[in-house]
Amino acid sequence: MSSSAITIPGVQIEEKPWVDSLHEWVTTVDHKRLGVLYILYALLFLVVAGVEALIIRIQLMFPHNHFVSPQVFNRLFTMHGTTMVFFMGMPILFGFANYLVPLMIGARDMAFPRLNAFSFWLSALGGFLLYFSLVGANGLYGAGNAPDVGWWAYAPLTARAFSAGHSTDYWTLALLVSGFGSIGTAINIIATILCMRCPGMNLSRMPLLAWLNLVMSGMVLISISPLTAAQIMLLIDRYLGGHFFDTQAGGSAMLWMHFFWIFGHPEVYILIIPCFAFMSEIIPVFSRKPIFGYPVMVAATICIGFVSMSVWAHHMFSVGMNSYANSFFTITTMAVGVPTGIKIFNWLGTMWGGRIQFKVPMLFSIGFLFQFLIAGLTGVMLGSAAFASQLTLSYFVVAHFHYTLVGGVVFGVFAAIYYWYPKITGRMLNETLGKWHFWLFLIGFHLTFDLMHIPGLLGMPRRIYTYEPGRGWDTLNLLISVGAFIQAIAILMFVANLIISYFKGARAGNDPWDAWTLEWSISSPPPAYNFATVPTVASRRPLWDLKHPEDPDSRYE
Amino acid sequence: MQRKQNSIKLSALFILALLFLYMATAAAAALADPSTGITNIFAPASTPAKMVTHLSVFVLAITGIIFVVVFTLLVYSIIKFRGRAVDAGREPAQVYGSTQIELAWTIIPILIVIVLFLATARAIHAVQDAPEPAGAVEVTAIGHQYWWEFRYPKLGVVTANELHIPVSDPANPTPTFLTLLSADTDHSFWIPELAGKTDLIPNHPNEMWMDPLRTGIFLGQCAQYCGVQHAKMLLRVSVDSPADFAAWVRGQQQPAVQDASVATGRRVFESNACMNCHAVGATAANGRFGPDLTHLMSRVTIASGAATNTPENLRLWIQNPDAIKPGALMPAMKLTDSDLDAVVSYMETLR
Repeated sequence: MSSSAITIPGVQIEEKPWVDSLHEWVTTVDHKRLGVLYILYALLFLVVAGVEALIIRIQLMFPHNHFVSPQVFNRLFTMHGTTMVFFMGMPILFGFANYLVPLMIGARDMAFPRLNAFSFWLSALGGFLLYFSLVGANGLYGAGNAPDVGWWAYAPLTARAFSAGHSTDYWTLALLVSGFGSIGTAINIIATILCMRCPGMNLSRMPLLAWLNLVMSGMVLISISPLTAAQIMLLIDRYLGGHFFDTQAGGSAMLWMHFFWIFGHPEVYILIIPCFAFMSEIIPVFSRKPIFGYPVMVAATICIGFVSMSVWAHHMFSVGMNSYANSFFTITTMAVGVPTGIKIFNWLGTMWGGRIQFKVPMLFSIGFLFQFLIAGLTGVMLGSAAFASQLTLSYFVVAHFHYTLVGGVVFGVFAAIYYWYPKITGRMLNETLGKWHFWLFLIGFHLTFDLMHIPGLLGMPRRIYTYEPGRGWDTLNLLISVGAFIQAIAILMFVANLIISYFKGARAGNDPWDAWTLEWSISSPPPAYNFATVPTVASRRPLWDLKHPEDPDSRYE
Repeated sequence: MQRKQNSIKLSALFILALLFLYMATAAAAALADPSTGITNIFAPASTPAKMVTHLSVFVLAITGIIFVVVFTLLVYSIIKFRGRAVDAGREPAQVYGSTQIELAWTIIPILIVIVLFLATARAIHAVQDAPEPAGAVEVTAIGHQYWWEFRYPKLGVVTANELHIPVSDPANPTPTFLTLLSADTDHSFWIPELAGKTDLIPNHPNEMWMDPLRTGIFLGQCAQYCGVQHAKMLLRVSVDSPADFAAWVRGQQQPAVQDASVATGRRVFESNACMNCHAVGATAANGRFGPDLTHLMSRVTIASGAATNTPENLRLWIQNPDAIKPGALMPAMKLTDSDLDAVVSYMETLR
C-alpha cells in the first residue's frame, strides 16, 4: 500500500446552469456517472414494474375479481417480468459493476469509456422501446397496447396468427437492443478487469466483487448471444415469411424454448452472481474478518458459471423430453447446488468467530443468506424432474424464483445500496429509516412469498387472471396480496430515505464502515480521476495492511 | 443490548415464518378431501402420481434436513458472534480458511446430490417409460384456445372438456394412455391428483398415462400460458366405475337425437355460422374449431368449465360469450330472441 490512501478532496466546482449539468450527464463517459445513471434508470423501472405487480395482486385478491380484464392482466405479467429481468435486474447490477470495478481494482476508468456510454444508452433505449408499445403497438394512429405473450414469449403465441399488431415486435426489439448494450458492457467489464488492475493486484489479490463480475460478464457474452439470435429469427418469422417458430407452417415451438432457456437459465445466475459479490464484500466487513476460503469462493463461482450453462432444460420438464434428457438435466441442475452451497458455507465461515455489526447493509445480507438458502432448496426440488412435473408452471415456481430474485437479488441490491450510497453521494443513509425499511420489507416478503408456495402445491397454475372459488386458494391469495402492499410501503420508505439522506444525511467521510478495499481510500464521492496516484497493493485487503502495519495480510497470503 | 435484541428478533421471526409455513401446508394437506374440490399434489389417486409423491416426500425430507442444519448454524453464528460493546475497537482473530472444512462441505453435498439424482432417475424411468398394457384406454387430447377436445379412436367417441376414464383395478389394470396434441398454441394437461403435467405442443406429440385408483371427479386446468383465456381453460376428469364408463361410452356412440319438436332450432343452427365451428353427429354440422355438440347435454359444464350447463348459461353464452369468458373465440351470434330460444331448445335435446 502506498500513497494512494491520501485523501484527495473533491474538486470544488461553481454552480452551473442546469442545462449544462444535464448536458454533462447525458454526454458523460465517466464510469461513475454511467454507473449512477444505470442505477437510477433501474430504480425507475423497479417502481414501474412494482406497480404492475401490485395491480396483479389486487386482481388476484379474490376469486372472480374484475379489477382488470384478462387482456390487461396478461400484459401486466408480461411487462412485469420483462421489466424486472431486463430493465431493473441487469441495469442495476451493471451499474454497480460500472461504479465499483474500476475503484476496487485501482483503475481510473473502464477500459472503453465510450463503449460504456454507448452500451448504457442502448440499454436505456431498449426499456423505452418496450414501454413505447403502450402508445405505438397498433401503429401510431391506433391505440397501442403492451406485449401480452409472457416474458418467455413461447412460440407459437408470438406468431402473427396469434399476436396481431406490433406489441410482440416492441418486445422483440427492446430485448434485441438492450441485449447489444449488455454485450458491450460485458466486454468492457472483462477488458477492464483483465487489463486495468493497479500494480500488485494480480488475479489472486483481486476483490471477490471483481472476480464475480468477471465471471458474470463472461456468462453474459455466452448467453445473450442465443437470445439475440432467437429474436432475429422471430423477426424473420414475423416480417420475412420465415418458419423457424411458426408451427402452422411446420416450424418448431421447442426450438424457441431451447433458445430462450439456454439464455434464460444462465440469466438468473447473471443476476445472482453480482449479489454474491455484494455479500462477499459486505459480510466480511461487518463480521470484521476476511472472507473465508477466498480461492474456493473463486473456484465455486467459475464452477457455477460453467455448470449453469448446461441446466437450461430444467425449465422444460413438462414439455415431453425423453427420460434420459430429463435425467441429464436433473443431475446438472442439482450439481449447481454444490458450488452454491459452498458459497453459503463460506459466508457462514466468515461470520463464524467474527464480531458481527448489525448495520442495515448487514441486516439485508443476513436476510439474503436465509432466503437464498430456502430458494436454493426449493430449486433442488424443482431440479428433480419427477417432482418438477407437479411443481413446474404452478405458483410454487413463482414463489421459488421470487424467493431468488426478491429474497436474493433485491435484498442483495438493497444491502449494496446501503453499503455504497455513502461512497457514491458522500452522505450516510438514515439508519432508523433503513431499519424500518428492512423489517417491513422482510415481513411483507415472507408473508407474500412463503405463502405463495402453497397454492402451487394445491394445483394453482401461474399466469391465470382469475380462479374459481373453493379450490383452497382464496385466503392464501388474499394474504399474499396484503404482503405485497407491506413491501410497497417499505419501498416508499426506502425511496424517501434515498432522497432525504441525499440532502440531509450525515457526512460519510472516506471510510464510514472501516472497510478494506481500495474504493474506501479515496474521498466520497470520488473525484473524476478516482486516484491521484495509482495505488500499489500487496494483499487482498490493502486498507487492512495500511491500518494494521504490525499485522498485514500480505504476510499470510 | 440493541444488537442482541436485533439478532433475537431476527431469529424469532424466521422461526415463526417457518412454523407458519409448515402449519399452513399441513392444514392444506388435511383439507385435501375429494369432496371439497381442493386439489393437492400430496393426495395422489393414481400410480404415476403416487410415484411422484413418494419421490417428492423423499426430496422434501432431505432438503428439510439440510435446511434445519444450515438454518441452525446461521442462527447460532449470528447470536453467538454478534458484536458486543466490550469488544469495541478490537478486531477478532483473522481466519482465512481451512482446506479440511472446505473439502467436507464440498464432498457431503456431492454425495447428497448423487442420492437425490438416483432416486429421481428411478422415478422418471418408472413414470415415463411404463409400457402400455393391453387393456389400456387410448385417448387423444387436443388443446385448443381455450378448450379441450378428447377423442377415443378405438371407441369412436368425440367429446370436449370433460374427460371420462375408467377406474383401474391394480389386479387387472385399465390405465388411460393419452396422446397430447395442440391445434394452436402450447397448453399443458394438469390434474394434480392423477399425474404430473405434460404440455400439448403443436408439431410435437406427447404422451402421458394415469390409472386412477378411485372413482370421482378430479379437477385441473391448463397450466401452460396459451392466450387471453388461459385462466378459464378448466379441466374435469370423471373417473367412472367400469359399468358407468361402459354406459357413458354407449351413450356417446349414439348418433345425435333427432327431435322434430326442435326442428326450428336445428334450422337456425344449420343456417347460421354455428355449424362452421361445431359438429353435431349425423347432421350437416361438422365444424371442428369448436367443441363437438352431439351429446352436449351429457356434460355438466360449458365453455371449458367456465359455467354450469344450464339453459340460462347456454343462452347467455350464445348471445354474449364475453359475459362468461371475455376473449373466448366463440363469437357473439347476435340472434333474434326467438331464434335464440329455438337454438337453446335444440341444444337442450342433444343428450
